[in-house]
Amino acid sequence: MLVYLLQRLAVLAATLLAASLSVFAVMNLLPGNAAETILGPTATPEAVAALSHKLGLDQPAAIRYVHWIGGALRGDFGLSYAYGSPIGPLIASSLSVSAPLATLAMALAAFIALAAGVYAADHRRRTGDAVVMAASQVGFAVPNFWLAILLVIVFAVTLRLVPAGGFPGWEQPMLALRALILPAVALGVVQAAILTRVSRSALLEALNEDFMRTARAKGVSRRAALWRHALPNALVPILTIMGLQFANLIAGAIVVENVFVLPGIGRLILQSISNRDTLVVEDCVMIIAIIVIGLNFVVDVACAAIDPRLRNPVA
Amino acid sequence: MRLGSRVDVSLWLGAVLVAILLAAAAISFVWTPYPPAAIDIPHRLAPPSLAHWFGTDSLGRDVASELLAGSRISILVGVVAVGIGLVFGVALGLVAALSKGSVEDAIMKACDFVFAFPALLSAIMLTSTYGPGVVNAIVAIGVYNVPIIAKLTRATGNGVLGREYALAARAAGRGPVSIAFDHVLPNIAPALIVQATIQFAIAILAEAALSYLGLGAQPPQASWGRMLSEAQNVLFNAPMLAVYPGVAIALSVLGLNLLGDGLRDALDPKLKARA
Repeated sequence: MLVYLLQRLAVLAATLLAASLSVFAVMNLLPGNAAETILGPTATPEAVAALSHKLGLDQPAAIRYVHWIGGALRGDFGLSYAYGSPIGPLIASSLSVSAPLATLAMALAAFIALAAGVYAADHRRRTGDAVVMAASQVGFAVPNFWLAILLVIVFAVTLRLVPAGGFPGWEQPMLALRALILPAVALGVVQAAILTRVSRSALLEALNEDFMRTARAKGVSRRAALWRHALPNALVPILTIMGLQFANLIAGAIVVENVFVLPGIGRLILQSISNRDTLVVEDCVMIIAIIVIGLNFVVDVACAAIDPRLRNPVA
Repeated sequence: MRLGSRVDVSLWLGAVLVAILLAAAAISFVWTPYPPAAIDIPHRLAPPSLAHWFGTDSLGRDVASELLAGSRISILVGVVAVGIGLVFGVALGLVAALSKGSVEDAIMKACDFVFAFPALLSAIMLTSTYGPGVVNAIVAIGVYNVPIIAKLTRATGNGVLGREYALAARAAGRGPVSIAFDHVLPNIAPALIVQATIQFAIAILAEAALSYLGLGAQPPQASWGRMLSEAQNVLFNAPMLAVYPGVAIALSVLGLNLLGDGLRDALDPKLKARA
């Protein structure tokens, strides 16, 4: 396991390096520059040159890259052009909303998907299975931000049970959690639709294995065999897809935060785009990439811990 | 018997929904009840009537006309983004399958890497540097399609390359390009068609999300995502304005997914037996 862990750590470091190079390249090396974007199309060349100098954009790309990464490693993400304040605390504050939202949504998605997936696999080719599969098909087709708007129409506009949006801050934890429930449902239900299909097919795969026949032959009940033998064996593909889906969940959170006016990383990115605050966007995208890549690393290691065969890539 | 009918239902329902989507786009080029961008402030937020089937929006534009015209941008983004994915993805996948070893490994690692950047994140990066617009949205969604198609091409292509007829072609001295075009591509085409249908659906969802955020289609271009964004501002006065575009998106995506599922089951009897 230690050798596997070291190999995976090396791949993680290489992937993070490649991610940082890609983000930097897209934001800095393609034609056009941040100073032109910030000042707009009417800016004079002199003004663009002055701002380029102030932002350090007139330095060679390699130096700017080293400066950016070096600063980030020391916790210095640079200064926001629009807010005039350090970017690190801005991102930290937005993550204090986005991270609990994504976690809640993923937990909800996993709960619904496992329950529905087990039920569908257990009732294969019966009405219950067909209903679950049809519901997941519809769930997959619904855009999460539209579901979010529908939830606002029902629970805020019609029933007036919750506010239509906003976030009271973590000083009032219960109110803060309440503000995250509808966004988490909007994000989680759509993710659950995808995960349910994965759970069902992974379970059906496991149900056909020899060890299931052995367990049943030894007298283990159908339900016990499903929960104790099939589910743990189906967890590897389910966890892997959950890891891959997390990137889409974060992307979905960017949109859903906008529906509920939550001050998360999605709002920060959009405000920074409209403020033409390129460095904030660059840092936020990099942070999201680090979270996604890091989470997939954790999923890979967790899968290897569950299934020792995965530790040897040749096997 | 029961299974067969379920597959047929998927295929036909999907085909009908996709046909409606395509017909809506085609009709919108020659006819809409009103010009989709025509502002009519005195009749703003009008309820559904014979004159305006789905009412009017906050600027008095006819919602039915906007819905019809909005289908164009969804199809445009879907077709071009899936096209980008197919052209580059199939090429990379075939190179990986035919070359093996370190080249195959490098291409697959690069594909895994791109998954860390969903279309929305790539579009955000492009937009913040070049400004919002449909072209950036298409490029971002298309780039995200490349690794998905490349992985599928490599996996299915490897299966074909191990078959007797591909080995025989190689033994007869046929080069890799000739084997790729004469044997691999025709045999993996069904799998690619099914995946392209699903990626088309995902592209419609991604375009809607980008336009909702103001990063995709720009006014006066009609777009379902932008209609949802504008409807949110008048949610308390006219909640139904936020329902119609969402239904249009959901039915289009549902249609494409059902069509993809139905095609897969129809083209691959082995999968059908396992479903």
